[in-house]
Amino acid sequence: MLDMRQVTKVYRTELVETHALRSLDLQVREGEFVAVTGPSGSGKTTFLNIAGLLETFTGGEYRLDGVDVKDLDDNQRSRLRNEKIGFIFQSFNLIPDLNLFDNCEVPLRYRRMPANERRLRIEEALSQVGLGSRMKHYPAELSGGQQQRAAIARALAGSPRLLLADEPTGNLDSQMARSVMELLEDINSRGTTIVMVTHDPELAARAQRNVHIVDGMATDLERDGGPAPAAAHRAHAEAELPVT
Amino acid sequence: MLVHYFHLALRSFGRNRVLTALMVLTIALGIGTSMTTITVYHVLSGDPIPHKSSRLFHVQLDPEPVARYRPGIEPLGRLTRLDAEALLAQARAPRQAMMAPGTGAIAVDGSATRPFKARLRYTTADFFPMFDVPFLHGRGWSAEDDAARTRTAVISRELNERLFGGRDSTGAGIRIDGHALRVAGVVDGWAPKPKFYDSESGHFDGEEHVFVPLSTALDLGLEHFGSSHCYGDVPVNDTRALNAPCVWLHYWVELADAADAGDYLAYLGNYSAQQQAAGRFERPANVRLRDVRQWLDHRRAVPGDVRMQLWLAMGFLVVCLINTVGLLLAKFLRRSGEIGVRRALGASRLEIFKQYMVEAGTIGVAGGALGLVLASVGLWAVRQRPASYASLAHMDLAMLLLTFVLALCASLLAGLLPAWKAMQVAPAIQLKSQ
Repeated sequence: MLDMRQVTKVYRTELVETHALRSLDLQVREGEFVAVTGPSGSGKTTFLNIAGLLETFTGGEYRLDGVDVKDLDDNQRSRLRNEKIGFIFQSFNLIPDLNLFDNCEVPLRYRRMPANERRLRIEEALSQVGLGSRMKHYPAELSGGQQQRAAIARALAGSPRLLLADEPTGNLDSQMARSVMELLEDINSRGTTIVMVTHDPELAARAQRNVHIVDGMATDLERDGGPAPAAAHRAHAEAELPVT
Repeated sequence: MLVHYFHLALRSFGRNRVLTALMVLTIALGIGTSMTTITVYHVLSGDPIPHKSSRLFHVQLDPEPVARYRPGIEPLGRLTRLDAEALLAQARAPRQAMMAPGTGAIAVDGSATRPFKARLRYTTADFFPMFDVPFLHGRGWSAEDDAARTRTAVISRELNERLFGGRDSTGAGIRIDGHALRVAGVVDGWAPKPKFYDSESGHFDGEEHVFVPLSTALDLGLEHFGSSHCYGDVPVNDTRALNAPCVWLHYWVELADAADAGDYLAYLGNYSAQQQAAGRFERPANVRLRDVRQWLDHRRAVPGDVRMQLWLAMGFLVVCLINTVGLLLAKFLRRSGEIGVRRALGASRLEIFKQYMVEAGTIGVAGGALGLVLASVGLWAVRQRPASYASLAHMDLAMLLLTFVLALCASLLAGLLPAWKAMQVAPAIQLKSQ
């Protein structure tokens, strides 16, 4: 599903060169639930942005569902993102002017989907997250947990093959976090691949696979069966601190 | 998607009411001001006879002495009587007419109406068919009437109302400066604006109420109400005499096709050369043949202050647009977070650009509607001025449409930079900073 090989990301300014990702290798198979952990500034968010085609990468190869994304233009990347990827953000990122129905409709409109099909999909997605009766509510009228569920419904409405979640429970209390996590597990059980960035070891433990990113390099804990290699922690004298 | 973006724009207006109102007002002020002056300019520079203005030509010859001549010098705007009559006699165009303004005291025998002064036009038979003058009753006179100096006249509908109560007055008698003439026809409200065929009394006023054969007017000694320019060294007693070295007659021709102008111009050149060979003209052939629009441009039918106002108004519109650019930038970039979300959900940069251009255009249309109201107020103010063209300052359908087209184009132009900036928003940064 997701195949990154030797992916690097370097931010350059006139004065400094910052290596956010260093030869990152990661393969995620279809239907997997992968948790990505790592300290702040390790490159987790950069990895997620590149995986979600929100940022380009400096070197290496990245194939998404078999498509080499390196040379795609903005239109092609946008179309691929729209059709294959769903996003869940820590701060929900619902559009405040739009009610839940209209929020869920945004990605489907960019797909030029007919109105009838849009309506069916949105109703189904909102029902799946338990918000079927609140389609006309605006984000401000919902609790944090409900907003995150709405954001998940928005991602689900497009039937993505890959769900990218960035600290999906970071802004929720433990009860709501548990509920959202159960929802993600349910979605995964229906075949959707999920890559979730989290700080929470408890949530990470519930994923099928844990990948640890340190200093822009990924270590597959499940495969390696131990902590990240020393190389991953090696200081890089020529570089600044990685950014997220 | 454009309709969807239009709906999103309307929602956005509701969210930022003050900022939106400010932008609409800014565009409206620019559009209102510019449309006021554009409308005045449009009215004043309009084509008074659009269906044949390209086939009607004003003729100029250069009979002046060779002194002060330099190649390319503009010849006098009118002809001598000798030249005008010679060209008329040769009749090289399908239609031609010479003309001059006049004035006289109008009266009707046995009428209670006291004699009153009216503006007259002395001309020749082709004047009426050449300028497509519409008739309410009767018709113009013939070339035979010109030759016979027939005591005939064509009067305006307004004069017909005043003298004859609006009835068909053809055949009725009127007096001009005491001379009896018979009415041949009544013109049906013909007053082209600008008055292209003779602007001596102004392009927008000096409406004429009686048309008299030029030969008759000369015969009767009716008063010439225009200037004459005499170029000879010898004092002239009668500026309207056949051989007087004075220009006072406008001369117009109607050609079958605009493309015939070259041939007619060559004919005028030959005529001038002949006159030079005969010793009448001292200068080399120096002729002009201008169609209606060229003649109006040459005569500067649009007053200089109107042109100046037009430029100032367009400058003000530019200032308003620059302000709108700033306001749109503030409005669009305040929504960087939403742009980031939309990009993450599959919007390409182009879609973001389109969404914000539609929003800019919608603001422009709203500004155009308010600008239309302001332009109406502006035109009302113009009509209160003492200028000769003031009463013409009304908006027609073309100007109405132009208001919205201008508002839309102006707002789209103003929206280009803000929309471009909006589509450049980096989604990754926005999503993390939410």
